[in-house]
Amino acid sequence: MSDVTVREGAYLSRFGKLFSAGPVKPGDSFGAPGMGNSTSIAIATAIALFALWWIVTAPGLGPMIKPLFLPSPGQVWAKFISVSTEGYQDRTLGEHTWASVQRIFVAFFLAAVIGIPIGIAMATNRVFRGIFDPPIEFYRPLPPLGYLPLTVIWFGIGETQKLVLLFLAMFAPMVLNTRAGVRSVAIEQIHAAYSLGASRAQVLWHVILKGAMPEILTGMRIGIGFGWTTLVAAELVATESGLGAMIMSASEFLVTSVVIMGIIVIGIIAYSFDLLMRWIERKVVPWKGRV
Amino acid sequence: MAQVKSRSKPKRAKTTRKKSTGSAAANEQATLRAEEVTVIYPTALGEGVHALEKVSLSMGPGDFVVALGASGCGKTTFLNLLAGFIQPTHGQVTLGGKPIAGPGADRGVVFQKHALLPWLKVLQNVTFGLKLQGVQKEKRREMARKYINLVGLKDFEDKNIYELSGGMQQRVGLARALTSDPAALLMDEPLGALDALTRDNMQELILDVWRETNKAIFFITHSVEEALFLATKLIVMSPRPGRITHEYDLDFCHRFFECRDARKVKSMPDFIKMREEIITIIRGDELEGGNIHV
Ligand SMILES: Nc1ncnc2c1ncn2[C@@H]1O[C@H](COP(=O)(O)OP(=O)(O)O)[C@@H](O)[C@H]1O
Ligand SMILES: [Mg+2]
Repeated sequence: MSDVTVREGAYLSRFGKLFSAGPVKPGDSFGAPGMGNSTSIAIATAIALFALWWIVTAPGLGPMIKPLFLPSPGQVWAKFISVSTEGYQDRTLGEHTWASVQRIFVAFFLAAVIGIPIGIAMATNRVFRGIFDPPIEFYRPLPPLGYLPLTVIWFGIGETQKLVLLFLAMFAPMVLNTRAGVRSVAIEQIHAAYSLGASRAQVLWHVILKGAMPEILTGMRIGIGFGWTTLVAAELVATESGLGAMIMSASEFLVTSVVIMGIIVIGIIAYSFDLLMRWIERKVVPWKGRV
Repeated sequence: MAQVKSRSKPKRAKTTRKKSTGSAAANEQATLRAEEVTVIYPTALGEGVHALEKVSLSMGPGDFVVALGASGCGKTTFLNLLAGFIQPTHGQVTLGGKPIAGPGADRGVVFQKHALLPWLKVLQNVTFGLKLQGVQKEKRREMARKYINLVGLKDFEDKNIYELSGGMQQRVGLARALTSDPAALLMDEPLGALDALTRDNMQELILDVWRETNKAIFFITHSVEEALFLATKLIVMSPRPGRITHEYDLDFCHRFFECRDARKVKSMPDFIKMREEIITIIRGDELEGGNIHV
């Protein structure tokens, strides 16, 4: 009896420790927010969520949640195989994915090629800042679904409209991050370059652009993330190709397994791109956060 | 307080003076001169901050001018003027008689920190100025090597900036400024962030580089000892409004060249006496301004 209370006390104090600012391990700094490794906890959470999904959809006596609302992992996997090989709505999963990836990349390329120079121009020139600040700041917080109808009215229902919607989603974060990056360049670096005889153009090219690079890459990373976020909205109207279109049409016919499969595929691809961008970041700006 | 001139004995200084390269005309060509410069920073209300009030200074090749003073007395403002980063409200700054319109390769600047380019290796940082001037790659490497060797970074050419210690980074900054062969070198507390030992080594290094290149140097520091050790001319500045209150001609650096023993020079009786005198002046300014820390 007393044994049990002792053990309970130990658990309680252990639980309390998770949230306390106790003594630190070597290499850690007292009071640094969120220290310690969370990988094992993250893996445990993922497994727990998956197990929960498995349990609530297990056939047995009849699943706790009907497949119409939530199909089992096995059913989703089966759909993944069948859509990959036979296809859904005349297109295989590969074709849908390729259609989406292509759209995202064309829009991403355009947003980078236009957005980054505009961001630099806005940060270095008051005229450009004056011109571009109001429209960008106005449309940036609008939900893409809000201006989707307008893009249909203006650009029709073809491929252009989809690219415009994706472009707008990526453009703002790239411009704003580029701007912030230029402003973050140390004035000492700029002064040093001028004192070595640099012209304005040389300072822009050799110092400002390089110094802003970490934030420009962050902007690209955030931008492509926003692109995936907007994908379903972009493929909402008048198209049968693309992961977003596949999800929307599946939801109309209540094929929940395809919806979930599509969501998972988008999630995995988006996450992989994020990892790729982070890898590129480490290669291109190894000095980030180290000076 | 009136200007106090020439306290220490220049008798030995003149004899040991470094090789005077070039004619008087050439010296005049490389003379950096501030003529009664006043800088008033605008403020939201009131008549603005008088960061500098009618400050005059002239420095030519071989001059090592060190500025010392309570914080906020306008030292950085003065250096920024000489560098051309800001313009005076009244008065003018000239180099070789021509007014300065902005920064340029004729005045090299060594910053306290954050001024190296971390995306370039050590060698590329040092050759950066030559690259801007369009010098061929091989040629600029050759020119830079001389200064890289001079500051003792021979084995670190291919290192990244962020892999170097603070003292090494300052040496890169020094080599970079020297490689463009400026008429004057301007340094704002370049050793302020270094530990005491590294700092002592860097002082000797800077003196050697100065003797080797015979440049005019303008050097800001918070350390009285450092100022006395390096300067041929020491200016003490006071705040509100920022101005030069004392000037001294010194020769402790030449005594160092004779004996190569910094500790010995820094413990000479007249060095210590001078140090106490100047600390008293600066402490007075600091207390007046409510800054207890010196
Ligand atoms: N950009 C600025 N705008 C307004 N006031 C400034 C600015 N820079 C410096 N000052 C003021 O000018 C005075 C001199 O500053 P500074 O030259 O930095 O002094 P020091 O380098 O000797 O510490 C200080 O009172 C400071 O607050
Ligand atoms: Mg200062």
